[in-house]
Amino acid sequence: MQKTTVRRLGALLATAAILVAACGDDKKADPATTTAAGGSGEGATCSGVKIGFIGALSGDNGALGTNMINGAQIAIDEFNAANPNCQVAFDTSFDSQGDPAQATPLADKIVNDAAIIGLIGPGFSGESKATMPKFEAAGLPMITPGATNAKLSTNGWKMFHRILANDDKQAPGVVTLIKDTVKGTKVGVIDDASDYGKGLADSVRSGLGALDVADAQIDPKAADFSAAITKMKDAGVDTIFYGGYYAEAAKLVKQIRDAGLTATFVSGDGSLDQAFVDNAGSAADGAYLTATGAPADVNADFQAAFNAKFKKDPALYSPEAYDCAKVLLAGIAAGKVTRADLAAFVSAYDQPGITKQIKFDETGEPVGNAVYYSVVEGGKIIAKGLIG
Amino acid sequence: MDFNSFVNLFWPSTVNGLVLGSIYALIALGYTLVYGVLRLINFANSEVFMFSAFGSFFAIDMLGIPDRLANGDDPYKTGFTLVGVLALCLVMSIIIGGASAVVLERVAYRPLRKRNAPRLVFLISAIGASFAMSEAVGEWGTKQRQDYALARVFKKRRLFSIFNADVRNDYVLVVIGSLIMMVILVLFVNRSKVGRGIRAVAQDMETARLMGVNVDRIILITFLVGGVMAGGAAFFFEIYNGSARYSLGFELGVKAFTAAVLGGIGNIKGALLGGLMLGVIENWGTSLFESNQKMGSVTAFVVLVLVLMLRPTGLLGESMGRSKA
Amino acid sequence: MSERPPITGNDLPPGPPPTAAAKLAFGERIAAASDSRRRFFAKWKQVPKPARWVIGILGLAFCYALPSLDLPVIPTTGTDFSSMLAGSVVIYVIVALGLNVVVGMAGLLDLGYVGFYAVGAYTVAVLSSQHGNLPWLICLPIAMFVSMLSGVLLGAPTLRLRGDYLAIVTLGFGEIIRLLAQRFDWLGATPGISNIPPPPNIGPIHFGVLDSKSFYWLGLTMVVIVYFFLSRLERSRVGRAWTAIREDEDAAELMGVPTFKFKLWAFAIGAGVGGMAGSLYATKTAFILPQNFELKLSILFLAAVVLGGPGNMPGVVIGAVVVAYLPERFRFLDTSRYFWFGVALVVMMIFRPQGLLPRRQHGRQIEPPSEDPPPFEDVREGDPDLEGGAHGAATA
Repeated sequence: MQKTTVRRLGALLATAAILVAACGDDKKADPATTTAAGGSGEGATCSGVKIGFIGALSGDNGALGTNMINGAQIAIDEFNAANPNCQVAFDTSFDSQGDPAQATPLADKIVNDAAIIGLIGPGFSGESKATMPKFEAAGLPMITPGATNAKLSTNGWKMFHRILANDDKQAPGVVTLIKDTVKGTKVGVIDDASDYGKGLADSVRSGLGALDVADAQIDPKAADFSAAITKMKDAGVDTIFYGGYYAEAAKLVKQIRDAGLTATFVSGDGSLDQAFVDNAGSAADGAYLTATGAPADVNADFQAAFNAKFKKDPALYSPEAYDCAKVLLAGIAAGKVTRADLAAFVSAYDQPGITKQIKFDETGEPVGNAVYYSVVEGGKIIAKGLIG
Repeated sequence: MDFNSFVNLFWPSTVNGLVLGSIYALIALGYTLVYGVLRLINFANSEVFMFSAFGSFFAIDMLGIPDRLANGDDPYKTGFTLVGVLALCLVMSIIIGGASAVVLERVAYRPLRKRNAPRLVFLISAIGASFAMSEAVGEWGTKQRQDYALARVFKKRRLFSIFNADVRNDYVLVVIGSLIMMVILVLFVNRSKVGRGIRAVAQDMETARLMGVNVDRIILITFLVGGVMAGGAAFFFEIYNGSARYSLGFELGVKAFTAAVLGGIGNIKGALLGGLMLGVIENWGTSLFESNQKMGSVTAFVVLVLVLMLRPTGLLGESMGRSKA
Repeated sequence: MSERPPITGNDLPPGPPPTAAAKLAFGERIAAASDSRRRFFAKWKQVPKPARWVIGILGLAFCYALPSLDLPVIPTTGTDFSSMLAGSVVIYVIVALGLNVVVGMAGLLDLGYVGFYAVGAYTVAVLSSQHGNLPWLICLPIAMFVSMLSGVLLGAPTLRLRGDYLAIVTLGFGEIIRLLAQRFDWLGATPGISNIPPPPNIGPIHFGVLDSKSFYWLGLTMVVIVYFFLSRLERSRVGRAWTAIREDEDAAELMGVPTFKFKLWAFAIGAGVGGMAGSLYATKTAFILPQNFELKLSILFLAAVVLGGPGNMPGVVIGAVVVAYLPERFRFLDTSRYFWFGVALVVMMIFRPQGLLPRRQHGRQIEPPSEDPPPFEDVREGDPDLEGGAHGAATA
């Protein structure tokens, strides 16, 4: 997902890299371009087709939504460059601020815009819950890059797909990691009270059983987490698991180290972001981070294209959003330009993406979810492979 | 309810609460000073605090200190270098705090005073200004809505313990620094000529004007002083916490405002008492309710309501000008 | 309460009243400013009553038809217009009407109004989805009653507080409601409560997930009912008592108005209307979670009332429409729209401090019968609620 070395290569290499990335599609077995090759001359043909994005672009979680659209934008740019006769518009005007109340009228707008045949998002679980009934009623296929609440796939929604495994699937991996690799004996579990963070932390708590000796919940809107940390210190924990996002994870791990607590810091995919390491400084060294997809730094092309376009590294959810866009674009390239056709295409999709092999089961959950882990070493997130 | 953990964590909670509380107290002064003089809630004071939190970042940037050294260590400084770096951070924070408070007064308040707007209108104008200030940082700041993390120039160490509570060097710096700023403020308000003007205007604006006090100037100075206090608070917050983002003001501002009311808004000593109490009560509440930080906030609000029911104008009451009358 | 500072009005600053000269100058200025409005109302009064009714009904019909008419400029381009009207504008209007009772009519500053809105929404959610399956039409009155009860429970111990102290206590109440909803699984905790049922279909009007217009019509009907009810109330003895309390609480008390009782009524009725808006919201989105009820919303509600003109119901409606509609209309400004919204608030407050449509001369109603005409009657008009810029007047 991130690779600081690339950043150091400088502008020249980055410019070259975008060319590589743009052309690279043709060489690799990319579903979008290969399927289109059978069409008329220069790639696929289509017109007036839009892919929408709904999620938080401003407000408290605006950063995460921005990560998503940036990742998806790379895929769209690549596609449009490769298919001059099929220019897909990417409509990112649906900024919900992550707020279900704002997301609802936006969902109506999306549903009523016939040009939008596929949707990336909603970014979070809450707004997904609020808007999914509308997308379902309208038969609009969507793939979310970030909503991982386990219950979302249990509503019988045919249009629901997600690229990331749900929180319940990640938790067993976290527990194995803590027991076998970290060899924690007294574990403290902290969550951020969010749908994602608390869901994951609660699953980890029940998986750890008696190993879990101290629980705490922080308020992500507060900057000072000393109350949770004193609790951990008092319990004498040797490992701390945090369920939540990277912004608070960075502050939390810094404050843990400042308090003189040397417990190993473990967190989930919400913290798997270079910003976690950058913001926490040396305090992040030695932290374990888990994820259900292989960490994205296996894909240098994406990294380079992202760097060149946005002048920064891809961040949490960017590669996932890229893969979401790839799935939808592959469908468009294959001539599936109605919502119904595209929905059927997405459900049957089975191709490698940059995060993993992408295939959905009948509930919309991604198939085959091994849990991977990384360790922070010297300011970099180093992928360590499968847990166990 | 978890009394066991409350008892175990009593001293650490108290010590941490006092540290955070002294930062609350400094921000609360911004609310209290303006309230004392103008009888209005300067809602945007929290954004002045947020702005000045970036003062430390500018200072570190000016000095060219990297986030991390090439060998992966934090760029710790020691001795006089450290003092110099911190002094520059403080000065930058105070300058930004004072300047933005003054601009705020000129843009969002003075035109309303000239138009005799009802007091509620000041509140909405302040809220508008507060939206604009925080959104401006979120929209056009270099990292937009992401967190900013301050380079760790200050190595935090445990100095000594009170029972089972660690006292760190940054705790001492924050608490003593805040107290010094407050003492200076009290001396300024009570002893200086300008301070006498502030008290006079707080007590009776019309009479003060008739006595030859330049009321507009005094109001501007009051905002300036409030902004300087917010700047100091921002500096100490950065020492203690080292993070900032566009919504930081709102997050701490509500707490600080609560602290001001708890102690008696308009009362300088009340701000100190309210701030310290609020910090401590919050932490106690958190440890009492399964270390759930939001329950700490609930506890603080419940205590506030109880206090106001017994003492409708806060613990120490409104005073400022009036106490001397 | 023995240490009560020498306050003369509800929230009047303890400073001395402005000098007569300052008052007069101020009054004259406001009089000039509102002259055109006064002429408009004079003309409006001359229109025969049946004609006024027709105009009113046409206006209302226009409102009902709004999402179906394909008007230029007005519809929001970035978001679904009828869904935005239903999910945001009508709800804001109901909320603003309710909050106006508390802030505009009775002059009590409430910064935690979202608490009542949340109580209403949660009551519906709990009864119809989380722990029961009552139909929405039965939940609605229960939700309003529970909200009123919460208003009384909050108001009874705290309404003795004045001005800004009441503001912070209500703010705390709003936060406590949200934090408690987040903590207790019984209330859905962080994930919230989903599958809240829609209202029953009325003939051809269906309330499916994609039928935003029906929800808009339902909401608009609720607005009309609330508006009618509150405008009757405003002109009743209760309304006059509120005006008296707002203008000068101590004087009202001396004149025999049971101020506490009427303040409590204002709180309860305001809370009930807030709860009604919350119930509509819950059934419209079919899903609520604590994050929907943050402090920021209370602030926007208050902004709607003050922007429109506190105490004046048509003004408040306009204020609510503006606050709900503008950020959505200006979606093309993208993520910076809340910055511009903040700027717009400051600018509007500077240029229209009395609100877009200020209150008319209610002050007269409570004027004691007197041989002499009231000397500075205009002062009241430009000097709405929560007391007036006494200091400001002095500075002018």
